[in-house]
Amino acid sequence: MTNQTATVTPAAPEAGPEPLPHGLGVSLPATEDRAKTEGTFPYAADLWAEGLLWAAVLRSPHAHARIVSIDTSHAREMPGVRAVITHEDVPGTPMHGRGRADRPVFASDVVRHHGEPIAAVAADHPDTARMAAAAVIVEYEVLEPVTDPEHAFEAEPLHPDGNLIRHIPLRHGDPDAVGEVVVEGLYRIGRQDPAPIGAEAGLAVPRPDGGVELYIASTDPHSDRDAAAACYGLEPARVKVVVTGVPGATADREDQGFQLALGLLALATGCPVKLTATREESFLGHAHRHPTLLRYRHHADAEGNLVKVEAQILLDAGAYADTSGESLAAAVSFACGPYVVPNAFIEGWAVRTNNPPSGHVRGEGALQVCAAYEAQMDKLAKKLGVDPAELRLRNVMATGDVLPTGQTVTCPAPVAELLEAVRDYPLPALPKDTPEDEWLLPGGPEGAGEPGAVRRGVGYGLGMVHMLGAEGADEVSTATVKVHDGVATVLCAAVETGQGFTTLARQIVQETLGIDEVHVAPVDTDQPPAGPSCRGRHTWVSGGAVERAAKMVRTQLLQPLAHKFGMSTELLQITDGKITSYDGMLSTTVSEAMDGKELWATAQCRPHPTEPLDEHGQGDAFVGLAFCAVRAVVDVDIELGSVRVVELALAQDVGRILNPAQLRARIEAGVTQGVGAALTENLRTNRGLVRHPDLTGYALPTALDAPDIRIVKLVEERDVVAPFGAKAASAVPVVTSPAAVASAVRAATGRPVNRLPIRPQAAVVTAQ
Amino acid sequence: MGQREGATGLTTHAPQTAQAVTLPVSLDEAVAALSAMPTAVPVAGGTDLMAAVNSGQLRPAALVGLGRITEIRGWQYQDGHALLGAGLTHARMGRPDFAALIPALAAAARAAGPPQIRNAGTLGGNIASAAPTGDALPVLAALEATLIIAGPGGTRREIPVSHLLAGVDMLRGGELIGYVRVPLLHAPQVFLKATGRTGPGRALASVAVVLDPARRGVRCAVGAIAPMPLRPLDAEAWVAQLIDWDNNRAIVPEALNAFGEYVAAACIPDPVPAEDGTLTPLPPAVLHLRRTVAALARRALGRALS
Repeated sequence: MTNQTATVTPAAPEAGPEPLPHGLGVSLPATEDRAKTEGTFPYAADLWAEGLLWAAVLRSPHAHARIVSIDTSHAREMPGVRAVITHEDVPGTPMHGRGRADRPVFASDVVRHHGEPIAAVAADHPDTARMAAAAVIVEYEVLEPVTDPEHAFEAEPLHPDGNLIRHIPLRHGDPDAVGEVVVEGLYRIGRQDPAPIGAEAGLAVPRPDGGVELYIASTDPHSDRDAAAACYGLEPARVKVVVTGVPGATADREDQGFQLALGLLALATGCPVKLTATREESFLGHAHRHPTLLRYRHHADAEGNLVKVEAQILLDAGAYADTSGESLAAAVSFACGPYVVPNAFIEGWAVRTNNPPSGHVRGEGALQVCAAYEAQMDKLAKKLGVDPAELRLRNVMATGDVLPTGQTVTCPAPVAELLEAVRDYPLPALPKDTPEDEWLLPGGPEGAGEPGAVRRGVGYGLGMVHMLGAEGADEVSTATVKVHDGVATVLCAAVETGQGFTTLARQIVQETLGIDEVHVAPVDTDQPPAGPSCRGRHTWVSGGAVERAAKMVRTQLLQPLAHKFGMSTELLQITDGKITSYDGMLSTTVSEAMDGKELWATAQCRPHPTEPLDEHGQGDAFVGLAFCAVRAVVDVDIELGSVRVVELALAQDVGRILNPAQLRARIEAGVTQGVGAALTENLRTNRGLVRHPDLTGYALPTALDAPDIRIVKLVEERDVVAPFGAKAASAVPVVTSPAAVASAVRAATGRPVNRLPIRPQAAVVTAQ
Repeated sequence: MGQREGATGLTTHAPQTAQAVTLPVSLDEAVAALSAMPTAVPVAGGTDLMAAVNSGQLRPAALVGLGRITEIRGWQYQDGHALLGAGLTHARMGRPDFAALIPALAAAARAAGPPQIRNAGTLGGNIASAAPTGDALPVLAALEATLIIAGPGGTRREIPVSHLLAGVDMLRGGELIGYVRVPLLHAPQVFLKATGRTGPGRALASVAVVLDPARRGVRCAVGAIAPMPLRPLDAEAWVAQLIDWDNNRAIVPEALNAFGEYVAAACIPDPVPAEDGTLTPLPPAVLHLRRTVAALARRALGRALS
């Protein structure tokens, strides 16, 4: 489906009698592809232990209610039930949470969202467990839910910490500046669910020392371990998280409360306990993308140069803080997009409601503002009568420009080059009206589309994201490289979520040590922490740590040889298992040089520190930025309002290509997720209750919905502060694609399109 | 049933986990099995039923599988009608030989979800589950199909499909939908469905239009917008007399537009003014649905007559 017309991608070696690809910059196949294809990849849902019990969680059917009483006696009496636990059975701290510990493990006095855990049951059969959970009698006094984030400011506090989670009033430049042309808009972004294809599952095994081991698809094992230990009242050393195969993650994958309940049940019963979430529980429990309300005013001079941007951004955080503060920082900081804006006044709030919980989802904060500022750029272009791409080109930022946060962009920022690349790429041909030229109309192959009612539109999006944690987060990763008997092993607690870290680690070691056979050890919390798998962190910090450790091993290996021949180690090189000197005088094999020794090295990578945003939203908060330009071509049936994205042409700033095939896969996956956010993905609620928490009601893109994705250009301008000069690639296509699709629908229909996902009635052109 | 020891020594205390499954090979055997165990649930493709079972919403005491009843998996001709077995899958109905007979039903079958669903889901199941979004239902309503219901003791009775869907006549204990009798009209038929996406999805609205040249009639049904398919009878009769049946079934384009509006207004009527004369306008989402129905009906009739 996807053709690549990259101008800078080196051709991947095709299958043939050539040696297996190795090292950086080649398309090494992903380590776990084979196991996944054959069905032997060990997902958490497949785990088994002798004598295990099955768990089930009782969840709140109300969005907001006071708990009058909880009666577990009937459930406890059911045959086969081994434990029923509630808030009274939490031995440690009763609260947890990723950003801030404000979320009860089990609700005790109040439930604040639909699906909040109240009790958990362990029984010897999954059906028994479910029935026992249903037999727990909870008496509620139903309260009025706060579901409109605008009402959260004056509503009664939903939580002892108050309804305002964070407020950032960003001020940058001259508040009195005005432009000759002013455009305004109000935008709403829906609730995207990360919808990992495998729902949450895990196995908890009690240890003889009174501790517990959790086998879960965690993406941040050490944080999950610490949260679990605090909840169980155990020292962290007695809780071990073992990471199983991760069935998809584009966010903080798991509902932490689910993992905590699992371990509590294992400790309470002394037996292994297994819990597999249903799709419904998964939809209710884990974090979603923040639904956002945005109000914008752009000022520009008569030539279309931006003078000032004023914006108000309101994130609906759901009932608990989670990482909403970080999402808000990203939303406020990138509210103007990759454009030069001398004066910016952005006010952002993250507030509590009784809606489903929000948290970290790929492109958090940046996606919502991108849809809004790009809509504003379209409006401005229309008002000035300028071509939308031209107007954007007049305003794009470059290295050396200043963000509204006062931070100078020091990394490569080839935004103009990206936009020109997608603008100049040839447009897809319109199908001819002949039966041979099959035209997939909006509505699909058996839909109601009629060529006469279809209008084509072209739109643009420019997006940016930050990489790594922001605002002073300690981003560090530790890796160990071991070489023995011609085989290298990497130990690093960076979780492979499908982003390709294990493959990259193998490539790094191959590149540095010239050893082809590299294994990456499974992850558990006995290893030193590597941090969460998100924001492209592991390519940067864990990849950097692996490289350093590999280089230390290299030095250990070559030092004796270099000493012997009186040259520095830099003059020796390792290729294909052979060590040769620069002049060819010395040639020996790696195994000979090893001489049966085992070499170990451990290294850390810690990027340069950042600082939190101050009370005016100013500060050097980000380590690095990545950019991307997308041109969308859509067909819209203007009577039915059905939209088909025909093609997305994308140019991205990637720093350096480390694995072309995986990079392409990541970009295509990101674009598809973005198309979902643009057209269909919205977890709908009615007075705080989730409607249709299933994959029929929540429409993920299928192969027919996914457009042709053309990767027009991958700009390789190395970021000097990043290891290998590579930038994170997964998030920025997600952020930019929805804005481009909305822009194209705007061009096709002339309608404002100020809401994502785009509803059919917003894309209908009525004859007036 | 009740408690039992599993092969792995796992005890199940859940009383309904041990399920009896019967696999009859004829319609009468299936009816007998159902009569013998009134709590048993018949299952054909299982595309709706098994999803409910797996999610724990339904715990049938026993299942009667209909997949081995070969007599209801095909079709036969019967004095100007086709007698369709209730076990016909959507995939089978979507094939060209079937499409030549009943084009609208074939189009609806092809539009009914992804291939996995179409391979398993059956015509009878679509009728029995009677979901508002069932794609075959507006076509059957427009064709004025009748159902042949098999009952205990080899009895057969016939009811119009609309009676079952409207709840006028219900399936009684032990009864099964055996066949669907559909007239062969030898004229163009169209089924159109709006889903709001390009990939397979549930209908937001669907329209079936069939021509009956022998009676010089047009029959139309609108699906997915109400609990059962709606028939705009006035609009059908009105547009039938505007068609020049002897001249290539010609019609003026304005009549097509008016037909669409007529159908939409019949299915989604204007709000009635309150007693004080105030009028609450239809909400935007309902207006959009009405525009969608109008466009579908206009397109469907236009294609049927072109």
